[in-house]
Amino acid sequence: MRQSVTYLIRNAHILGGDAADLVLRDGLIAEIASPGGTAIDGASQDVVTIDATGLVALPGLVDLHTHLREPGREDAETVESGSRAAAAGGFTAVFAMANTSPVADTAGTVEQVWRLGREAGFVDVQPVGAVTMGLGGQQLAELGAMATSAASVRVFSDDGKCVHDAVIMRRALEYVKAFDGVIAQHAQEPRLTEDAQMNEGVLSGILGLRGWPAVAEEAIIARDVLLAEHVGSRLHICHVSTSGSVELIRWAKSRGINVTAEVTPHHLLLTEQLVTSYDPVFKVNPPLRSDSDVEALRAGLADGTIDAVATDHAPHTSEDKDCEWGAAAMGMIGLETAVGVVAAAMVETGLLDWAGVADRMSFRPARIGRLEGHGRPIEVGEPANLVLIDPHAARKVDREMLQSKSSNTPYAGRTLPASVVATFLRGRATLLGGAVVDS
Amino acid sequence: MKRHLLSSADLDRDDALLVLDTAAELAALTGRTVKKLPTLRGRTVVNLFFEDSTRTRISFEAAAKRLSADVINFSAKGSSVSKGESLKDTALTLEAMGADAVVIRHAASGAPHQLAHSGWIGGSVVNAGDGTHEHPTQALLDAFTMRRHLAGGKGDLEGRKVTIVGDVLHSRVARSNVLLLATLGAEVTLVAPPTLFPVGVETWPCATSYDLDSHLRDADAVMLLRVQLERMNAAFVPSVREYSRRYGLDKQRMSTMPDHAIVMHPGPMNRGMEIASDVADAPRSVIVEQVANGVSVRMAVLYLLLGGAQLGTGEPDTDDADTGVEA
Repeated sequence: MRQSVTYLIRNAHILGGDAADLVLRDGLIAEIASPGGTAIDGASQDVVTIDATGLVALPGLVDLHTHLREPGREDAETVESGSRAAAAGGFTAVFAMANTSPVADTAGTVEQVWRLGREAGFVDVQPVGAVTMGLGGQQLAELGAMATSAASVRVFSDDGKCVHDAVIMRRALEYVKAFDGVIAQHAQEPRLTEDAQMNEGVLSGILGLRGWPAVAEEAIIARDVLLAEHVGSRLHICHVSTSGSVELIRWAKSRGINVTAEVTPHHLLLTEQLVTSYDPVFKVNPPLRSDSDVEALRAGLADGTIDAVATDHAPHTSEDKDCEWGAAAMGMIGLETAVGVVAAAMVETGLLDWAGVADRMSFRPARIGRLEGHGRPIEVGEPANLVLIDPHAARKVDREMLQSKSSNTPYAGRTLPASVVATFLRGRATLLGGAVVDS
Repeated sequence: MKRHLLSSADLDRDDALLVLDTAAELAALTGRTVKKLPTLRGRTVVNLFFEDSTRTRISFEAAAKRLSADVINFSAKGSSVSKGESLKDTALTLEAMGADAVVIRHAASGAPHQLAHSGWIGGSVVNAGDGTHEHPTQALLDAFTMRRHLAGGKGDLEGRKVTIVGDVLHSRVARSNVLLLATLGAEVTLVAPPTLFPVGVETWPCATSYDLDSHLRDADAVMLLRVQLERMNAAFVPSVREYSRRYGLDKQRMSTMPDHAIVMHPGPMNRGMEIASDVADAPRSVIVEQVANGVSVRMAVLYLLLGGAQLGTGEPDTDDADTGVEA
């Protein structure tokens, strides 16, 4: 790999603070100085200078929750196309969920995904291992083999399905302690959500769509934080979507229970009112909730009860979305719009500053996933994983402009208040001037 | 009138009265020996049924044929992405055939809405029942029937008390009736076991109760909803017998109703379950008349969506309409 290009980034506001110049060389942050103060010769042929005036520099974003669909549904997304989307969204690392076909429940499959990520080269693709064989909820997958594989799996999840059996969940929580793993629970009591189509409430009754009640999420979270406390294990809750869940997690943390949680961008911005269109682009699991849930999720993310924003990027082909609501697949893509949505929901509202965004979208998710080299402070000697964001460049989301192979974005036509300008993975630009850079 | 009829909520009071008045006029016209009017000659109505419903389909078919429309019956049972041709492809096919109106019955709530708003077709869409969402022409024929018996066949249903009993949770008939009857001024009480009420029903424009007996004495109309046997397996109610004892309308319960009060059922009935056989066949039962009125109401809906002109005003919008109305 060529590492000869040196980048001089001028006048970037590190974590939204004072302007500074940064030098990226040999995969590392080589220098940080006040504007104009670096020792580097900006006119040198080997130096690419980027004027970052007005831009915010954050550590490369880390997404704990993506679906890259490979192997199995390469018509919807591949590791390569999903990686491009991630780079376009400002990410330098993504966790790839295990619900592929075949399921990522063996060392062989997680190594395949990990290797595909390395070959694509746009972000570090960190596979998530399944908790149970085939996501069946019955028998533990070989968690240790995945942990010691080349992919060094630390996050295990049956995402898409809930580990609903209390004994299996207990055993999984206990077992992964041997290698500092974490179980990321998709909290959905299955019997309470059979054929569920949208948030259960007044609107589901009017629209005649089967409800997905908040209690189905909250009951599992309540059980699992108590289980985690009982066995002294680390638990992570995927895509928290209700105000009750936020309260439960806040309570658990106050008790000292080792639990972390994530929220998706769409649950921070969109509500169930969109379902009145019956447009399946708004069909997602867990479903879009009410205004008061959105408020509680924002507050929970702001006060740190919720640790991370994770996209739950879920590409689907148009065949799986261009149909009646009941037959449509659940999920929406989110990698390329995450920064804009978080800016709209959290930054513009004054709930988080850009340092807070760095914490929730890089530092904490990297720590939860035990991912080395990401979520590091922007300091000399650290890996040059960086993103430059223009906090004032509003952008209208255009389906045709997306890097993802799928176009099931709920934001098409919406204007989001911030844009990702450049992304650097270990000193290599994967995105420059808003365009993905092929290696 | 709007271009589509997807929900009873699409109808304001004037729209609803226009449909009912038009239906009354059409019923009078087709009550003669010649049942057919040439009003919609040359127009194509497609009955697109993704779900079996012989009675609703033949009602729409009869309505369209009595208006001289060309009728295409398209049965696409079980159609969905996983099972065959998609709704989209079916819609594009119909559009290519030049459908002026599509009458759609679908197991998925919202399918008519999607058909109307997707841009796949240009014609009018009539919801003939979608999942557990709505069935607006059923509500219109129910209101038409109530108006005949309770309001002299004219005007609205201001102050009339209607008790609707049964599986409200899964009933598109209940949803459409509550909305339309509220628009027409009736006072609706929904009666069901707590398990068969949807979340949020307290926000609907009606009252609710768990007790049937207390809502028979002052009712002007009692409507029983079909209860499907598979609900018993999903623990909504303990057993058929218990449901029947607590919520079935039998002869003894019927005797507590006022003399003028009518008994209604959208069909098909489970005799002996939500309605006793002798109640279904009692003189105050208007169940068979509901079926007949269904044709008139659906004629009115198709006429108004496709024609738009006032009946009998001599302002036809097609060459045939004048002869049609005067025939």
